[in-house]
Amino acid sequence: MLSEGAEEILEALWIEMQEQGKKSLDLGASRDEPAIDELIKLGFVRRDLGHIHLLEKGKPSAIACVRRHRLAERLLVDVLDIKKKIMNGVSCKFEHLLHEGLEDNVCTLLGHPKVCPHGKAIPPGKCCLEKKSKKQIKLVAPLMELEVKDKGQIAYLQAKDTSQIQKLISIGAIPGVAVTLLQKFPSYVFQIGHSQFAIDKGLAQNIYVRLIK
Amino acid sequence: MLREFPKRIGYDDPLEIYLSQLDSKLLSDYKISKRSVCLLLLEEDKEILEIVKDKEKERINEILNIIQEAKQHYSTMLSYIISQCRQREASRISNRVMGFKEGRKLSFKEQLSKILMNPFFGGPILLVVLYYGLYKFVGSFGAGVLVNFLEVDVFDRHINPFMINLINSTIPFKLLRDLLVGEYGIITLGIRYAFAIILPIVATFFFAFAIVEDTGYLPRLAMLVDQLFKKIGLSGRAVIPLVLGFGCDTMATMVTRTLPTKRERIIATLLLALAIPCSAQMGVILALLGDKPWGLIIWLGVIILVFLLVGFLAAKIMPGELPTFYMEIPPLRLPHFSNILRKTLSRLRWYFWEILPLFIFASALIWLGQITGIFDILVKLLQYPIRWIGLPDKTAVAFLFGFFRRDYGAAGLYDLKKAGLLSGNQLVVACVTLTLFLPCIAQLLMNVKERGLRMGIAMSVFILFFSFSMGYLVNVILTLLKVAL
Repeated sequence: MLSEGAEEILEALWIEMQEQGKKSLDLGASRDEPAIDELIKLGFVRRDLGHIHLLEKGKPSAIACVRRHRLAERLLVDVLDIKKKIMNGVSCKFEHLLHEGLEDNVCTLLGHPKVCPHGKAIPPGKCCLEKKSKKQIKLVAPLMELEVKDKGQIAYLQAKDTSQIQKLISIGAIPGVAVTLLQKFPSYVFQIGHSQFAIDKGLAQNIYVRLIK
Repeated sequence: MLREFPKRIGYDDPLEIYLSQLDSKLLSDYKISKRSVCLLLLEEDKEILEIVKDKEKERINEILNIIQEAKQHYSTMLSYIISQCRQREASRISNRVMGFKEGRKLSFKEQLSKILMNPFFGGPILLVVLYYGLYKFVGSFGAGVLVNFLEVDVFDRHINPFMINLINSTIPFKLLRDLLVGEYGIITLGIRYAFAIILPIVATFFFAFAIVEDTGYLPRLAMLVDQLFKKIGLSGRAVIPLVLGFGCDTMATMVTRTLPTKRERIIATLLLALAIPCSAQMGVILALLGDKPWGLIIWLGVIILVFLLVGFLAAKIMPGELPTFYMEIPPLRLPHFSNILRKTLSRLRWYFWEILPLFIFASALIWLGQITGIFDILVKLLQYPIRWIGLPDKTAVAFLFGFFRRDYGAAGLYDLKKAGLLSGNQLVVACVTLTLFLPCIAQLLMNVKERGLRMGIAMSVFILFFSFSMGYLVNVILTLLKVAL
């Protein structure tokens, strides 16, 4: 199992490469971390003066690290409702506890979210690909999977383009708002406060709801 | 006064700090308040970011840094935080002035609302609304009783003879007299058409539409048809212009402005021009095929098929953003008579302002076509496709005039029918072709005005070929199946 330090480095490396388009990670102050040697030994990274490069062998582990970090954030914000300012620190520790199998359980519990609370993509895991086969109890579920008359609170919105999120925000469907599903066919109709709204499937799949019993 | 002291929403403290930091970096003029620009920047509005990048070249890095810092401060997207603050402010205001009764049982209104949103009852309810609102009220009362009164009693008996006498005795030039009061003169045709035919039909339609609108039925209809409309590249929202098209396609084309994307506007405009018959046209077609129920069914079937097919194909080939549907479903309300009247009047005024010049222009065009002999050439040209779809040459005149006055074309057919020149099959073919055929000139001009010259012309050319091809097809199929109506 990787050390916490090694996981952090892999995560940072992946984000630099995938999301910011850089080729390598500048080590800066942490150039003497023992975790780097650990990664080099495993054949996950290659050192090049003050920079390290991610190698093919290290990619699956790096993706898993990013996934765990962002799932941890979702769990803390959506379910445990942790205060926002301390979240990053807590989730940094928390993510290292989410190992083998546990991360997929968390993912399932959250209804297989696709983005973290900051709107960045969560790499999908095995469970996300298998999710259609089993019906499981969820605390957070997409609006589309709710039954008519189910009540809940909007946990978060996810969308690839912000224009869809803007549309949902414009009708008042923002996180924290109480929502009741009224109808699923031919369009999704739900109630927010004293107003009812109809939306299509495309928009409905962006709304994730924390169910209230 | 309000502009001087706008109501300011207080956001979270950190957000306010970032806002004031951003504010100090924006030195250019943005025409809207700087605070709005800052808020839009924090909400990651792409358009405003481009403008700011352009205007604040030297400071853009500092600006981007502040935005980045603000984003990192919060665990969720800033647009949520901002709209949450706004919502909090809105509920604070509304809670001061509004109260709600809790724990009521499902009221009659809510039950009715549920029925209206039920996919199984939706269809029959729509038919009832269309039958009484459109067919009975607009068709029989507006296009029948009122048009008869205004056209025959008011214009033919009083206004036209008076104007003709007046003009004939004051203007010595025949050409000018023809332009004003000739067979297709501005006053005798343009003004008369606008006031005696369009006005009553459109007024009754606006009246019926306002009632339907004020009850809150339309959003429920939109929500029911959304999935079907997605197949033809539109969202449920487009139901409003399309229903309006049954009143007047020209006005409905204007209303396509309310659709959110260019793609939807183009598809809706095309479908209105092609497959939605306006009330004037429907009235005459019902008269033509009224005694031939099978003919009517075939006509309706072909038009519905064309509507769905062309929409489906247009959605397949048109590039652009796919439609999304989101709409508030307001509570059902009993409409207020005064509101309906006010709405009808203000729409009529707006409509006339846009339409009347087009009719005057059309009259002038007909006048020009007549004196230059272009019309005779066009009628000759039209005879070729007319023969091709198996109709007698004389129908060419009806088709050409139908372009200038949609119901006039159908009325021309009515004369031919009475003279016994058209068989049942020919009537159906003629009705199908005429319904699909180029929209009236007012609508053509509106298409060009709303969609641009190129798109307007391209649509018209497509419709011209498509309508005759459909007429040909219907004729061939009827002949092959040995159907004689």
